[in-house]
Amino acid sequence: MATRQESLAPSASLIARRSSGVWRDAFGRLRKNKLAMVGAVIALGLLTLGIVGPMIAPWPYQVQDQNAIIENGYHPLKPFAQLAWDTGHFLGTDELGRDLFSRLLDGAQISMSVALVVQVVVLTIGIPIGALAGWFGGRTDNLLMRITDITYAFPDLLLIILLSIAFRETVFGKALNGLLLVFVAIGLTSWVTVARLVRGQLLSLKQMEFVEAARALGVRDRTIISRHLLPNAIGPVIVAITLGVPGAILAEATLAYIGIGVQPPRASWGSLINEGIRWMRSDTHLVLFPAIAIATALIAFTFLGDGLRDALDPKLKGKQ
Amino acid sequence: MNPTVDQAPTAEAAVDISLQDHLAIEGHDRDLKRAKAENLLEVRNLSTHFFTPDGVVHAVDDVSFTLGYGETLGLVGESGCGKTVTALSISRLVPDPPGKIVSGEILFEGQDVVTLPSDAMRRLRGKEIGFIFQDPVTSLNPTLTIGYQIAEPIRQHMNLPSRAAKDRVVELLSKVGIPRPKDRYGDYPHQFSGGMRQRVMIAIALSCDPKLLLADEPTTALDVTIQAQILELIQRLSEEFKTAVLLITHDLGIAAGMCDHINVMYAGRIVETGTVDQLYENPRMPYSWGLLDSLPRLDDIRGGRLRTIEGLPPLLINMPDACRFNPRCAYTRDICREKEPELTTREDDHEARCWGTQSDGWIP
Repeated sequence: MATRQESLAPSASLIARRSSGVWRDAFGRLRKNKLAMVGAVIALGLLTLGIVGPMIAPWPYQVQDQNAIIENGYHPLKPFAQLAWDTGHFLGTDELGRDLFSRLLDGAQISMSVALVVQVVVLTIGIPIGALAGWFGGRTDNLLMRITDITYAFPDLLLIILLSIAFRETVFGKALNGLLLVFVAIGLTSWVTVARLVRGQLLSLKQMEFVEAARALGVRDRTIISRHLLPNAIGPVIVAITLGVPGAILAEATLAYIGIGVQPPRASWGSLINEGIRWMRSDTHLVLFPAIAIATALIAFTFLGDGLRDALDPKLKGKQ
Repeated sequence: MNPTVDQAPTAEAAVDISLQDHLAIEGHDRDLKRAKAENLLEVRNLSTHFFTPDGVVHAVDDVSFTLGYGETLGLVGESGCGKTVTALSISRLVPDPPGKIVSGEILFEGQDVVTLPSDAMRRLRGKEIGFIFQDPVTSLNPTLTIGYQIAEPIRQHMNLPSRAAKDRVVELLSKVGIPRPKDRYGDYPHQFSGGMRQRVMIAIALSCDPKLLLADEPTTALDVTIQAQILELIQRLSEEFKTAVLLITHDLGIAAGMCDHINVMYAGRIVETGTVDQLYENPRMPYSWGLLDSLPRLDDIRGGRLRTIEGLPPLLINMPDACRFNPRCAYTRDICREKEPELTTREDDHEARCWGTQSDGWIP
């Protein structure tokens, strides 16, 4: 028997080298998905812009180039026009002479922090609630899921507006130029999907034998949840938060459009549209470019999310 | 007085002395405990019921047995006889609800685990009581390395620095016969074959040097050649670790090869108990005959049909006061349908639950 095992050993090592971890497999599948890779590259580019954007902007976002405006007869500069090139505002300016390109870059910072911070809020609320509901089941599950249902049923925008007004004058409301409040408010309305996902995953995972095996080894409940169950449930959660990013960006834009959230002179993509809409007939670019920015971000994250969903789906393993 | 009565205690004393010698030679602290508590595990009148919408299922009904230090006890019976539930009850892992240990005591080293607080019970599991599950494929977490999973009980129960824990894992891996254990430490379960995974499960079960190993059909999910290797491994390691084993199987052949003592279970009850020799040479319960008879034999006619026990085990809801095996028994008489027999002694510690094979019975 010993000789047989020895002769098996080399081939076993070959198999071990060829196969790879779950994540490497998924990444391999993701790389073959062209749309998802385009999405990933754009999303990464936008995230980078969110960090370095204000540094590489040709103008500070709040500076008014009054000479250019006066020269243009008190009208916003058109993009790509001769005057725009001459004065260094190649995407034009708004009616106050602020450089649109610089303001878009500044807006990228806000929109990308929305994308990330909201997802952090969503994870910190959604995962514990879903995990507790799924693990304990019964009455706990019932209670937590009814809270989830109520949150889901409550009109998002109304809740965010109420929260914004209620906390506007507090320290919390003024933190980060009023943005923190918006992030948390959006997060508070969008954790429902993640909570339900995690609950569903745990409901089925806790029936698995390896959970009973872990119990039979005397592993603590919280260790079983955090080390055994959540890593098994993480795939769908990653997909959900990636697909949640467009929603958050859109929510922030909607709020900015109705004047909640980022305060002038700073601008998010949504508030740029809000400011530009007055000039839409004569100066379409003030709405067009922020809208293109939003649309690009939404499409990029959606493609990436769809690609991740396919890549992390164990049923597709080995295909494509 | 009667000389035979005088002689009996002397014989016992001789046994005692040899045991003392044994202890002195071994000098192991576990053996000192053997001197303290006579039996590692004593199950007394254990009843575990499941409260389902259809009624109360008496999965384990008034079961008693003992298991000494380092011994191997077989629990044999068909599917749905309460073997697994017995093992789950010992480690208090019966899913509750719907299951519940309704009465009885489970004394582990003299300590009743039924009434133990859940935190104390958790510290017992994995440390003192190891568990090998039936299916190694689903019992290992696919997202964690096997090194992590073997180290988990060590981390949980033993206060070892992580370097020492890793060394112990590598040592365990080589003990269960996994080649190049250092390289396999970081591998995931899907990189192992079924037999290898069961070896990993054994390493996990033995990682904290438990006193009792519950092996629930450890070879059912494996093919026959691997079965033999795994059983040999369990036997060798349980001797090396001086671990008592409760082996659950439906295969009397396996039980005969591994066990000192065998309990035959049927419909939640122990129906026959005895040493391997007693049970094989002189089974005193028609159900045991059926189990023995359904083993394939070398001298069977080629192409002949395998023998079975006709019928199915009963649903364990609302059991009448009757021998539970009577609907499937060829020797049934009226009394079998009217009153359930007790476990009665046949010879030494060989007991059976059958009217027909009692001394005044009709079965020779």
